Parts: sequence; C-alpha cells; structure tokens
Amino acid sequence: MNVDYIVKVLVAAVALLWSGGSQAQGFAGLGQGGEGFPLPQPDPTFMFPADHGAHPDYRIEWWYLTAALTGEDGRDYGVQWTLFRSALTPDGPQVWMGHFGLTTPDEHLSGERLARDGIAQAGVRADPFRAWIDEWSLEGDTFDSLSLRAATPTAGYDLSFEAKGPLVFHGENGFSVKSASGQASYYYSQPFYDVSGTLQLPDGPIPVTGQGWLDREWSSQPLEEDQEGWDWFSIHLEDGHRLMAFQLRGGAPFTYASWIAPDGTLTPYYGDDVVLTPLATETVAGRDVPVRWQLVLPSQRLDLTVGAVNAQSWQPTIFPYWEGPVRVTGSHVGRGYLEMTGYE
Amino acid sequence: MKRTALTALLSHWRRHKLQAVTLVVGLALATGLWTGVQAINAQARLSYDEAAATLTRDDLPRLTGPITLADFSRARVDGWSVTPFIEANIPGTDLRLLGIDPFSSPPGGGVPNLSGAGDLTAFLSGDLVYAAPDLAATAPGLLPSIQPLDDLAPGRVVSDVAAALAILERDNLDALLVLPGREGVTPLTELIPGTRLQPPRAEDDLGRLTDSFHLNLTAFGLLSFAVGLFIVQAAIGLAFEQRRPLFRTMRALGVPGRTLITLVAAELAIITLIAGTVGVLLGYGVAAALLPGVAATLGGLYGASVAGGLTLSPIWWLWGFVMAGLGALLAGGQSLWALSKMPVLAAAMPRAWLRARRVSLRRLGFAGLGLLGASAILLWTGSGLLIGFAGLGALLIGAALLLPPIFAWLLDRGTALSRSPLGQWLWADTRQQLPGLSLALMALLLALATNIGVGTMVGSFRATFVGWLDQRLAAELYLTARDASQAAALRAYLEPRTEAVLPILATEAQVAGLPGDIFAQPDHDTFRDNWPLIAALPDAWDRLASGDGALLNEQTARREDIWPGQRVNLGEVGEVEVLGVYSDYGNPRGQAILTLSLFTSLFPEIPERRYAIRVDPSQLEALRDDIATRFDLPPDGIVDQAGIKSFSLQVFERTFAVTAALNILTLGVAAFALWASLTTLGTMRLPQVAPVWAMGLTRGRLAAMELLRAALLAGLTALLAVPLGVALAWTLLAVINVQAFGWRLPLLAQPVDWLILSAFALVAAILAALTPALRLWRMPPARLVQVFSHER
Repeated sequence: MNVDYIVKVLVAAVALLWSGGSQAQGFAGLGQGGEGFPLPQPDPTFMFPADHGAHPDYRIEWWYLTAALTGEDGRDYGVQWTLFRSALTPDGPQVWMGHFGLTTPDEHLSGERLARDGIAQAGVRADPFRAWIDEWSLEGDTFDSLSLRAATPTAGYDLSFEAKGPLVFHGENGFSVKSASGQASYYYSQPFYDVSGTLQLPDGPIPVTGQGWLDREWSSQPLEEDQEGWDWFSIHLEDGHRLMAFQLRGGAPFTYASWIAPDGTLTPYYGDDVVLTPLATETVAGRDVPVRWQLVLPSQRLDLTVGAVNAQSWQPTIFPYWEGPVRVTGSHVGRGYLEMTGYE
Repeated sequence: MKRTALTALLSHWRRHKLQAVTLVVGLALATGLWTGVQAINAQARLSYDEAAATLTRDDLPRLTGPITLADFSRARVDGWSVTPFIEANIPGTDLRLLGIDPFSSPPGGGVPNLSGAGDLTAFLSGDLVYAAPDLAATAPGLLPSIQPLDDLAPGRVVSDVAAALAILERDNLDALLVLPGREGVTPLTELIPGTRLQPPRAEDDLGRLTDSFHLNLTAFGLLSFAVGLFIVQAAIGLAFEQRRPLFRTMRALGVPGRTLITLVAAELAIITLIAGTVGVLLGYGVAAALLPGVAATLGGLYGASVAGGLTLSPIWWLWGFVMAGLGALLAGGQSLWALSKMPVLAAAMPRAWLRARRVSLRRLGFAGLGLLGASAILLWTGSGLLIGFAGLGALLIGAALLLPPIFAWLLDRGTALSRSPLGQWLWADTRQQLPGLSLALMALLLALATNIGVGTMVGSFRATFVGWLDQRLAAELYLTARDASQAAALRAYLEPRTEAVLPILATEAQVAGLPGDIFAQPDHDTFRDNWPLIAALPDAWDRLASGDGALLNEQTARREDIWPGQRVNLGEVGEVEVLGVYSDYGNPRGQAILTLSLFTSLFPEIPERRYAIRVDPSQLEALRDDIATRFDLPPDGIVDQAGIKSFSLQVFERTFAVTAALNILTLGVAAFALWASLTTLGTMRLPQVAPVWAMGLTRGRLAAMELLRAALLAGLTALLAVPLGVALAWTLLAVINVQAFGWRLPLLAQPVDWLILSAFALVAAILAALTPALRLWRMPPARLVQVFSHER
C-alpha cells in the first residue's frame, strides 16, 4: 500500500493550487479561480483590530513579515515569516501555509508548514493579535508590538517588533490595483517596525537588530491571467522614508510604488513614474534571476541601486520563489527586502 | 552443412510432435510454476519495501489512547511533528480504511503532477477517497467517489483523516505518529492525558514474519520445478535415444562430433527459448491469478499489505529464461554427455536407452536410505526454518529415490507368486517397464505425498483452529462502546440482565523484549473452564486471579523458550512468573494475560470500552435488539460469537487457498508426466507386446492389461505416498509451523482425504494410460506383424 504516493499526489495538488498549474495562469494561482468569491471594492473602510484577522470569504490572504537585520558580528541578515490562507472553494475547505526564511550573506535557510483549517492547528486571531501555524507564531497585545517565534530543525528566530509609526494604506486608501483591467487587492502595511532579538543559526545564536515590515493583503483574483510573476521591493531609507514598489511581469506589465514619509504620509505612483531595471542576473536553482536592480522614482529624485545580500536567497517551497534582504545605495542609502516570483 | 544438419536434427520433432509438445509443455510448466511463485514473492517484497516508506510504517513511535483532531492540533502547536492516523474496518464491509492528513504526512521525493486542485478539495471535503482499481469498479454506496490507485492493496481505502472519522462515525483517532526532527515543549502524554507513547515496532518484524511464508511458497515453486523437470528429462532422453540412428548416420556422413554436439546444444537453446517464453507467460498468469489470495493471506495472517497488481522487473523475466535454460541443461546435459562419448558407429538400438537407464537399483536404494537418514537427523536435532526445509527436501527426495527399488522388489515378488503364465508375464513386463516409468512415478509420488502432507496439515490446522475458536470465543456477545462513559452506562445496564459482563482491556507492550500486547482477564469461570492452556502450573488460575503471575501465548513461549514456572519480562510491568501457556493461533505478536485488577492498577489510563457478555443463548437475539435500540454503539460495536467465528474462519480459508491451488497444479504436472512417459513407452514397447499378441492374446485384452498395469503402478505409488505424506505433514506441523508461526499443532489423520487422493491417482493413471492403450487396441495387425520383420 502506498500512502506515500497519495501524499505526493496531494502535495502536488497543493502545489498546483498555489501555483495555478501553468505559467499562463500567473504565479501562485493568483490569476485564476475568482468565481464565487467576493472581489475587493474601491474606497474600502478598514476596521481594526478586526481586519488584522482572517477574511475567509476571500480566496487568498497573507500576513507577510520581513526584517532586514544587522548582527552583533556586523553582518547583514534577513528574516521572512509568512502565513498564507487559501480557500479551495467559496464554501469549501481552507488551507493554511507557513513559510520560514532566514538569510545570511552565505546561507539561506528555509522551512514550510501546511495545515487544514477548522482544528486550530493554524489561524489568525485579531485581538489580541496572534497568527500561527503549528508552533510558529507571530503575536502581541496589539499590532504595534509583536513577537515572532519560529524554527526549523536547523535554524530559528525569536524577535520582537515595535512599531514606530502608523499603518500605511497602499494604492487608493488600501485598494491596490494590480493590472490595467482593474484586478485589485486590499493591501496595507506596517513599515515602521524596529526589530531586536536573536537568530538561531547552525553555528549558534546571534543577537540582531534592524527594521521590519509587515504586509497585509487579501483578494480573490489579484492578477491578470497572463501576468506571470512579480518583483516586489520594501525599502527602509536612512532618512526615515519608506518605499514599496512592485512590478507585475507578463502580457500586461503593471508598475506601482508607494512613497512613504517618516510620518506615514503615502504617495502612490503608477506606470512610468516608477522604473525598475534589472542590472545583473545570477543562476539560482537552475534559473536566471535578477539579483541587482535599478529603482528610479524621478518625481522624488530617487535613483537607487538595490543588491541582494545573498544572491542565492531561494525558497525551495511547494511553490518556489526568491526572497531575501537587500542593500540599497545610490541617491539614498538604506536596506530592505526583495521578493521575486515567476522566474522559470 | 550445419544448417542441413540442424534441419535433420529438428525434423525429429516434426515427426514426433507429441514428444515436442511434451518437452515444451514440461519445461514451460516447470518454469511457469517457479516464476509464478517468484513473481508473487517479488511483488510482496516490493510492497513491504513500499510499506516501510509509508504512513503505516511501524518504525515510528506512536501515541495511542483517546486522541481527537483537536488534540492533534494542540500537539502540533506545542511543537511536535506528529501526524494523525486512523486504520479500521469500514462497518459492514471487510474494507480497511486508512485516514491520513495530507499536510502533516511526510512527503516523499519527486512529486508527480497527476492531480488537479479539485482533487484536494474533494479529498479534504470527504468527497474523494483512494482505493485499488477492483474496489473502484465495485464501489459500495457508503463511500464517496473513488479514485483508483493501481498499487494500493485490495480492500484498502485511503481517505482524509477527518473524512475517515466521519465514515467510521467516531471522534477518536487511532494514533499520532511521531515523526523525527523536532520535539515540542510539553511531553505528549502530559499534553494529551490518557495517552501512551508506544516505542517503534521492530523494523524487520514484517519481513521476518512473512519470510517464512515466502520460503514456503519458494519451496513449493522448487518442488513444481523439480516435478516439471522429470517430464523434461524423460522427453529429452527419449528423443536422444530415438535419434541414435540419426546421429550415427550423420557422423558417418562426415558431421564432426564437436559440430553435432554444438548443434544439439543449439537445439536445446531453441527449445529453451520457446519453452521459456511460454513458461514466463504461464508464470505471469499463475501469479496474477494467485496474487489476490496471497495478498489476502498476508493481510489476514500478518497484517502486511501487498498490492493486488503485478509490477515485474525485467530481471524477473530474465530469470524465467534462466530457469528454463537451467532446466533444459539439467535434463539434457546427461544426453549431451552421452553423445560426446558415443563411438562413431555405435549400435543404433533404442533399447540401449532403457538398459542404460537401469541405474543400479542398489545404488538408488542406498542413496534413498542415506537421504532419509539425513532427513531424520536434520529434523530431530536441527532447528531453524532453513534446516526444517532442508530436512523436508531430503525426506522427499530420499523417498522418491527409494521408489524404484521398492517397486522392483514388489514386482519381483509378484512375478514369483503369480501362477498363470499370463500373470507372470504381466508382472515381469511391468517390472521391465519400471526403468522407463520410474521418473514419472517418482514425480507422481512427490505430488501425491505433498498433497497428502499439506492436506493433512491444513485439515489438522482447521480442526484444531475451529475447536480452539469454540473454546476461546466462549462469550455469546461482544460489545464495544464509543467511550468510557458510554461503556459505564452499558455495563450498569447489562449487569442485572446478563450472566456476566466481562471487560476486555488490552495495551501494547513489550513481551519478552519484543513488541506485543498485554490483555486483562477478569477472574471468571468462562476463562477457567474454556481457556485452552497447553502447559500450566497446577494452581495457575488461582494464582493468576491473585495477581501472582501471567499467562503467556504459545508463540512467545516457544520463541523465547519460557515455560510455566519461569519468568517473563513484560516491559513496564516488569518480570512476572509464567503460570500457563495458551495457544493463540493466527497471531504473530507476543501476548500475555494479567488478571483484570492487576492490569487496571498498572494501566489506569486505559479505559474500559469492550465487553464480552455471557447470556443465555435463547435471550441473545432479544438482548442484541435491546442494546441496539437503547445504546448508540458504533456500527461495529455489537458482534456475536458467530460473527467473529465466521470472520476468523474466512481468514483461515484464505490462508490456505494458495497452498491448495499450488497443490493441484503440482498434481496436474505429475499426471502429465505419467501420461507423457506411458505414451512414449507405448510406441517403443511394440517388440515386447507383439510376441504376446502373436501367441493369441487379443489387442483388446492387451489394451486392458495396459490399463490394469497403469492402475497397479499408480495404486502402489499412492500406497507409498500415504506414509510419506504423513511424514511430510508431521514435519510441517511439528517442525516448519513451529519455526514459521510459533505454534505446534496435533496431527489429525484425514483418511477420507487420502482415499480420495489415491482414487485420483488411479483415475489419473488410467487416463494417462488411455491413449497408449487405445492406440494398441486400434493398431492394425500389420504393424504388429512388422515388428517381427524389423527384428534386428
């Protein structure tokens, strides 16, 4: 009897679910399957803390935490922790998926967890906030003060996040358009976290400090069918500004940036107002991935060069992608995180 | 020239089509039965290997006890890498349901892209299960849509764990498997109270247990192969003798001896190729036909899962040809050797063959007696399964070798005692035919003896097993409650209404250092009167009741050589004295019984859920209905004695279905060998028959005498086969079974079966003699006369 085989088939099904089955349907299934699910509407009104929790009516949702860190040893580190929720059908079962990423200049450690809904093995509670899958958790009395704990058999982290600024709402007050034909998601962030804590590396513990960024996004069909992946930047500049920029690649490319002042004031930029140009690629997991970018925002006289701390920051998960810390030079200096999906 | 010479050689087979068929069929049968058995073994091994990598694997520690999905979730959130596991019969069917969690099951290596996201949705919602293709075709209504999966064992159904709970209508999982890699903060048994952490079962347990079964099959395969080879050797030897004139002519025409040998070898190779192909196909057929039975047997006996479909490697096909070639070489080597030694102008007398075959009877006798002696020494003094089989082999071959000398002596006595000239001729002529027939008779002897031996073993087993079931299943009704509170209510309700309510409690534990089970037994006359003890201290029951020791099952007692009065280690219970040993047929695991009060004090966390109910049989029906309406027991919660018995017997019958099938095939091969020998001898014996005909005996009488002779020989063979078969049965019951299964059974004679088998042998022999007899009867007198003109 081959249960192993069934498990493989089902894991394949999970992979298909997240990856959409083919490139033509966009990365992670985001370009398909909105039928029967509600779609995000313009001019949203968010209710907190309730909206920090899950929105099970929508097809897909995530709590996406990244932190660009510096160790006591002076080296750059990066931490990613993400909890995804996916509804298989509008009234059917829901699946949770957790991703763990820990990047050093010469190593990338990753982990992945899956769980069914309904038995409290994974979930998100809005107040007091707690997002968890298995023993991995992100929790705190309020959204402004969170602690993150997660570990794999080889690595782990225990970090606290203290918000030094307000939440920011991307696009039009949190209604974030993702294509020219109107695909959109609800999207807000907390980009002002100060982070401190300890990384557990294979060689031992390292105390770290740095800056963190938490994205909240939910939708039912945020991509066009022919959009094949995205490049996403979150940047903390030394002058206190924050910058989020993404481009969706494929048939109908779409570019967007949020320029965030130190007080949280957000200015959205669309299309040609943002220019993202790959400068250098490297072979990562058998594919060419751009690991050095030029990011230009002319109206803010911004011309940045963004380079990966570790070019091999590859997440070999069920749906694989590149995710790692970056260093920023050019007109401004800073650091941040880069995520790239859909590279084959 | 070579081509012409080969054509000349092969033309023999065109003229002797029957011989060609005999040769190919014999070789194909030998190869087929052997490869068939090997295919079954290979498939089983493949399944075990796969099982080792699956969720049912026993090499993982497991948490057992009352565990819900919420408990599973708590264990995960605490940091434990556990995965839930359910395995149970679907009520009202004999389907085995396995519930898994696809998210926490450890995935394997490469991920096949076979499934759409819709399948996952359906699987998680309980709308889709996986099952073997045969089941998928005949889906019972209680299951949702079934996705066929080729390499799933017959009768297995795999579903999502939550769906499994729904199908089984229960709340509790069977276990959490504890995967390696990480540990939680709180010990699992504290996190989920009432549970116990079971150590992993020994990894090679399944292999060790099933090895004996496969060795058994292999032995049968070899026996079939040997019987088949008897046919092949007879056919090849005969063909060689009949072609002596041809060889002489070819040599005289200038074909070098070396070339001739090469050509005959090439001929053997061609025959091997043809027979090998047929044999391998036959083997595939045999395996495909028998495999479901084998799978059921292994499942019933050992809990091992074997897929119902055959997947064979190219190596297996190759082995089929190697075996066919080996057989042809074994059978034809002697002829090749003789050919190489043959002088150029040797007398081309086919009769020389028979003379040459007359290996000194004395030598055969000594060899046979030597082997029997060796067998006796092996069986009495040796131990171990392999020694047991070696002794068995020596016994069978020794007896077969003794057959010609014994027959020669019997026929000589017959000749001496016979008064009439015709009678004397019949005895003497039979005696004269003995060398040509002895191979076929040996094959018949082996097949008959195997049938008698295995039949006796199965018969003894069945009689003992049924008697044992009657004793052991003494209670009229067996009830299982959903949980401890329902159990308490059930007990309170039943106690005033029945003769006795006897709780059944058990836990997995180390028994004599190996994984096993400890059962609890209340002190009650039901057990004192009925429980079958094969060895016991005088006051065993009283001492058991006072908690002064344990009962041990026969398997453990024999394996560890621990008997009443000695002490056995029961894991966390510690060392206890063995008070008695009971038979426990059909259970591969170690088992011990403690008295109920001691058990509950040692394992307070194990709840009462099952009861054996003693009740007046006349009230049984009413009580059943009453319980069914009053209590919401799980679907398989009410089982009566008859139900368990029929299930146990069903498992038993399946166990020996394969053996029976192989038995019949072997007997068929032997009958075919006899027919082939008699038919070929019939054509060669004209010079002996013609003078008797010329003296006035009609062809009809001669033909009748042929039949009589065949019946006489078969009857004598059957007579010899009975003691040999009984010896075989004794070896199987007292040596092989003890080694393979760990229990010993009394030998119960099955005279009716023996008579039936002897009758079968007679009928087979008469049928086999029918063709040559008919031919003789219808033979034109001119041909008989020709014998004299051809007399050389």
